[in-house]
Amino acid sequence: MKVSELIALSGAKCLTGEYEDREIACGYTCDLLSHVMGKGQADMAWITVQAHMNVIAVAALLDFACVIIPESLPVEAPIIAKAQDEDIIILSSEKTAFELVVLLAANGVAPAKKG
Amino acid sequence: MIIKETYPVAADDMSVAGDVSASIKRQMKRLGIPNQIMRRVSVCTYEAEINLVIHSDGGEIDFAISEDEICVHVRDVGPGIPDLDKAMTEGFSTATSEVRNMGFGAGMGLPNMKRNADGFAITSEVGKGTDIVMTFNI
Repeated sequence: MKVSELIALSGAKCLTGEYEDREIACGYTCDLLSHVMGKGQADMAWITVQAHMNVIAVAALLDFACVIIPESLPVEAPIIAKAQDEDIIILSSEKTAFELVVLLAANGVAPAKKG
Repeated sequence: MIIKETYPVAADDMSVAGDVSASIKRQMKRLGIPNQIMRRVSVCTYEAEINLVIHSDGGEIDFAISEDEICVHVRDVGPGIPDLDKAMTEGFSTATSEVRNMGFGAGMGLPNMKRNADGFAITSEVGKGTDIVMTFNI
């Protein structure tokens, strides 16, 4: 599944504007950053309610396909600017993390492998 | 030695935590280090950097690349870890509730470092500081 397909299917908004349409290789949801560092893989879609600078750092270091913020939780402008600098795609969705996982899985996105 | 750099890491400043790891990743990318190795080094440098910010009184990260090895040397000026075995246990953390609310303090930092490095050595003395050397085969 590509990021553009995820946007079309979920109705998510891309907060970071224009983006390179990357393939999503796998998915993971967790709000503890060390768990994400342990499990994270390149081209992963990461669903998290955390929306601060360190989320962008983790996503950039591990080269994630996108970060998805559920339930339309607010993301401050400096965070979006940092993500744009680092070429990280941030999507905002009205759906809950659970609904997003269901949608990703139903469309063939695999879980991140055990780290 | 192809490259050797020292990056200072200040205590408590969460807003820049991750910047040193990002610089190190850029260096590796420039030098064409394979993605899998780059990923493991990034996990380790990031966890170390976060530990320096949230737990230490400040420290430094040395990053060195030679022909066949990457070496990351992390050291701080205190406060030191009283019980290393406990600190190495998954799930054990002394992080404050403030940083836990940001998603840190899962007690996975040191275990993540040990798991991702080819060589991992840690020493610590209360009142003096902690020293970690991690190596990665290229």
